[in-house]
Amino acid sequence: MSRIHVTTTVNGDATEFLCDAEATLLDVLRDELGLTGTKEGCGTGDCGACSVTVDGRLVCSCLMLGAEAEGREITTIEGMAAGDTLHPLQQKFIEMAALQCGICTPGILVAAKSLLERNPDPSEEEVRYWLAGNLCRCTGYDKIIRAVMETAADMRRAS
Amino acid sequence: MALDDTKKTKDFKVVGTRPNRPDGIDKVTGRARFGADMVAPGMLTGRILRSPHAHARILRIDTSKAEALPGVKAVVTRADFGDVPDHVANVIDNCMAGDKALYDGHAVAAVAANSAAVARKALKLIEVEYEVLPHVTDVDAAMKPGAPVLHEGWQQETVPAGYSGNVISRVEFGHGDVEAGLAKADRVVARTYRTGATHQGYIEPHACLATMSADGQGDLWVCTQGHYMVRNVCAAILGMEQGQLRVTASEIGGGFGGKTVVFLEPVALMLAKKSGRPVKMVMSRSEVLRATGPTASTSIDVRIGMKKDGRITAAFAELRYQGGAYPGSPVDMGSMSAFAPYDLENVKTVGWDVVSNRPKAAAYRAPGAPMAAFAVESAIDELARGFGLDPLAVRLMNGAKEGTRASYGPTYPAIGLIATLEAAHTHPHWTAPLGENQGRGVACGFWFNFGGDTCVSLNVTPDGTVTVSEGNPDIGGSRASMTMMAAEELGIPYDQVRTIIADTGSLGQNEVTDGSRVTFAVGLATIEAARAAKREMCKRAAMIWGIDEEAVEWEDGAARPAGPNAGKFPPMTIKEIAAVASNTGGPIAGHHEVTAEGAGVSFGTHMVDVEVDPDTGATRILRYTVFQDAGRAVHPSYVEGQFQGGAVQGIGWALNEEYIYGEDGILQNAGFLDYRIPVASDLPMIDTVILEIPNPGHPYGVRGVGETPIVPPLAAVANAVSAAAGVRMTRLPMSPPRVLAAMQAAKG
Amino acid sequence: MRFEAPRSVEEAVTALAGQTGAHVLAGGTDLLVKLRAEMIEPELIVDIKRIAGMRDVVAEDGGWRIGAAVSGAEMGEHAGLCADWPGVVEAVGLIGSTQVQGRATLAGNLCNASPAADSVPAMVAAGAVVRVVGPKGTRDVAVIDIPKAPGKTTLAAGEFIASVFLPARGARSGDAYLRFIPRTEMDIAVVGCGIALSLDAAGRVAAARVSLGAVGPKVMLVDAAAEAIQGRVLDEAALADLAAVCSAAATPIDDKRGTVDFRRHVSGVLARRAAVIAEARAKGEQA
Repeated sequence: MSRIHVTTTVNGDATEFLCDAEATLLDVLRDELGLTGTKEGCGTGDCGACSVTVDGRLVCSCLMLGAEAEGREITTIEGMAAGDTLHPLQQKFIEMAALQCGICTPGILVAAKSLLERNPDPSEEEVRYWLAGNLCRCTGYDKIIRAVMETAADMRRAS
Repeated sequence: MALDDTKKTKDFKVVGTRPNRPDGIDKVTGRARFGADMVAPGMLTGRILRSPHAHARILRIDTSKAEALPGVKAVVTRADFGDVPDHVANVIDNCMAGDKALYDGHAVAAVAANSAAVARKALKLIEVEYEVLPHVTDVDAAMKPGAPVLHEGWQQETVPAGYSGNVISRVEFGHGDVEAGLAKADRVVARTYRTGATHQGYIEPHACLATMSADGQGDLWVCTQGHYMVRNVCAAILGMEQGQLRVTASEIGGGFGGKTVVFLEPVALMLAKKSGRPVKMVMSRSEVLRATGPTASTSIDVRIGMKKDGRITAAFAELRYQGGAYPGSPVDMGSMSAFAPYDLENVKTVGWDVVSNRPKAAAYRAPGAPMAAFAVESAIDELARGFGLDPLAVRLMNGAKEGTRASYGPTYPAIGLIATLEAAHTHPHWTAPLGENQGRGVACGFWFNFGGDTCVSLNVTPDGTVTVSEGNPDIGGSRASMTMMAAEELGIPYDQVRTIIADTGSLGQNEVTDGSRVTFAVGLATIEAARAAKREMCKRAAMIWGIDEEAVEWEDGAARPAGPNAGKFPPMTIKEIAAVASNTGGPIAGHHEVTAEGAGVSFGTHMVDVEVDPDTGATRILRYTVFQDAGRAVHPSYVEGQFQGGAVQGIGWALNEEYIYGEDGILQNAGFLDYRIPVASDLPMIDTVILEIPNPGHPYGVRGVGETPIVPPLAAVANAVSAAAGVRMTRLPMSPPRVLAAMQAAKG
Repeated sequence: MRFEAPRSVEEAVTALAGQTGAHVLAGGTDLLVKLRAEMIEPELIVDIKRIAGMRDVVAEDGGWRIGAAVSGAEMGEHAGLCADWPGVVEAVGLIGSTQVQGRATLAGNLCNASPAADSVPAMVAAGAVVRVVGPKGTRDVAVIDIPKAPGKTTLAAGEFIASVFLPARGARSGDAYLRFIPRTEMDIAVVGCGIALSLDAAGRVAAARVSLGAVGPKVMLVDAAAEAIQGRVLDEAALADLAAVCSAAATPIDDKRGTVDFRRHVSGVLARRAAVIAEARAKGEQA
């Protein structure tokens, strides 16, 4: 069983790795690249904890093979802050207590950022449906939805 | 209102504010390390082989082919653990089946290999010969004589003759004469209610990383609600001294009670011991659902009598809880909590603990109480509506208050039930208009709250900042709360204190993070540790000033002469005292060890509006408001978060969540696809009203708040759906097929 | 297991034909779940996303040819598709989460051969035709003829779907797809119903195709439902007849997601609701 050599871009950095054919992108990120901010909650695409973007498109990294990453641009939660400057969503999540245990938080932040890039002024319903694939068991979603809406409002005012 | 009253008694500076949590940045950047995020050099991957049968005798396990597979470093079965002390016998049997596999997913063997692929392959090479036995998964069926019996001879003498051996024990609580009380009623409602088994549904699967040295020292990194519990249980199972096993709690990705017991940990330690290598084990989601600790499914009879003015004359409940393959369902707590919100002359509850071929139940947020509240609050609602009475007014009339003798024995001190009911009654939600096919429901809920063994160590650094070490995993913001209470007590800013969760080598025994105990008990110990440090710092200042210790007091982060007679010295701040600590007796610290008591019971009232689609039976939650007594809300955002999260778990339990077993006893929905927890688009905002009736047992009045919020929603939603659908719903979950069938049956 | 990402249909066909236990990977949202659950243990995975044209939506004969690797999210962002076949676009948009939408495809949803697949009733109602490529060449097959049984298709060894063709929409036509799920998102359809219809100048149904999902071993095209509304204005009586025919046509089972009675009843409910939406779209109204 020979491993596959993959050349890709992760959070802006040119990256190479070797993986087994059956390894998921999630396995690669966590076990090969040490990017454990992306979480596995289910392994079946039902919880969204493993959300990343591939060429700007939001996906579950558990539903993609590592080998498919060849030539793609992957962005994970580790690529969200610029150095020690948090993304506005990250800052707002802390300020508004939009996390409790924090296991779903990376996936939700990656997904919410993807939403705001497409729709800077989403309605509550749009936020709720966009994030329907990101399960959170602690918060009841209330503070998460509010934080996303408030961040969107802040970002609109700033632009 | 209550908030204003108590603010007069003590003017808090930090408690009651909403600072950023200390673990926030790590958690929003992906840096926080959870159970599966740790690695060790030379680490192996451990995996578990699980029973495909609901009930089977294990005749033979042959691991030789797996052991011979290149890359396999250890294989473990129950035989490797040998005899264990009685108090952990069921624990290890649940982690690794002995003579019998007792449920679908029960572990039967484990391997450690140098890759996940090899481990997977090795599991397929383990040969297990089963003798498949008849099984039973339903609680009422399991109680019947003739049901397949899981454990011969385990029945306790509290159980009268005529019951299946699966009925392990019987409990009874109450006072007065129920039959006489019922005879005085204008109407008696008698119904049977059923609830499905639900899972805590934490998003982080169980994970651990174990190391065992040849000299008997072990280390364990684990996501758990109680690493001291993990240490004690694993040490007993592996025959180690507790001091030789050091357990470090990872960040924990949700628990809700489900991580208060061990599943993987003793197995990982045994694999590490046999292989001589670190072993990491991570469950898959299907393993979590099949083989960890869901809650009990229940069947509950209720009889309540009421006068037509709304006065309850008597109340009775018989509760049957199946808690899976081993004794210990939460029926005792269900029986105690069922009528706890009411002031009743005649009340009785009887509870039956039943085993069945399902995974052993673990705690789930107010274990046992939500199902009992569903039954009782549904019956009270039906009576109130039947008499045309306001359901909140009926609860106000019968509600427990200070001095009420609780149905489970004690007499209540100051409690907040009436305050939550009054707040609900005057809230605009109660009188908001409803549309067609819509209904509104209310329900009350109660939880005991626990205290327990607790240690806190507080250290003043040489620069006068403060570190707090506590022994309870932070599951919802408790590091922020401890930091706040330490800062409050010391009179220093929040950002001058940092709280960590210490490993088991660093503190004495700590009870697990359960029973909503942490903000109360660890908070109490933190405050006492801070007071000890303050006393020490006053002593140092007294020494420097050359006056009596008693002549020094602590205020706003500094030691000061207690009055004009003490002398005229400028205050010495914590920084100034810390800077010279080496010259005044050495490092400054405070610590406190306690078995905390006086947790203070907690009550809440929930109000919900729903709309039921008359064509499909589908329920939509339109509006939801939680009213709960927090005693004192240390960090109000996290109190609100507990209210909201509990309410939504309850909504899931009410509408969609349940363990579905086939005729074959196999779990059919072992994944988040068909174990349907609420998603963001299912819900409205969850409004919260925090009441503050201080707990006399805590220096700041804190009560636990985490569990009570899951108690009322099952009944509140059921009462709302029943109103909207025009038919009383007595079985959870109220899935669309059930609601539609009930509506069609009611129409005839 | 090996992984290949060929650049041409021919390479892909050669790879698939030369290997037993080969599986095609497009969006992977079903394949990877099966892989993880060890339901399948492929020898070879052939990723078709790098083949030219697989990710394109192209106008053809007044309709649209959708490459087999076009994701649901890409369909939802395609103005032409949304204008012509909103029911199909909405149906594919119901599959899984936003994340799943980033990868899931029409062709994959069809080849997974689940009776509850959301996009399949919509494609069947739309009269969609798939282009199948394989060692014996290329053939066009109606979507309804692809599923054979739960999890099984009529595709021969080595064949795969290269594209889905949605025909010209036609004048005064509209389509709709509705499904019932217990939650608002993330569930498998308990019942699904797709309807495509065209109206005559007087507003009567000139032609209709009605399909049901999750109420039989395969997605079904219910001719009797089309006949029930043929030539009629969709008034209360016509809708009631449509509902009754759909409920009668359903052949569901009891399972963890729903009961026979529920599925039968809701088949009619959804047919009625979908017909109203399709009619409004045929009339050029927002729906």
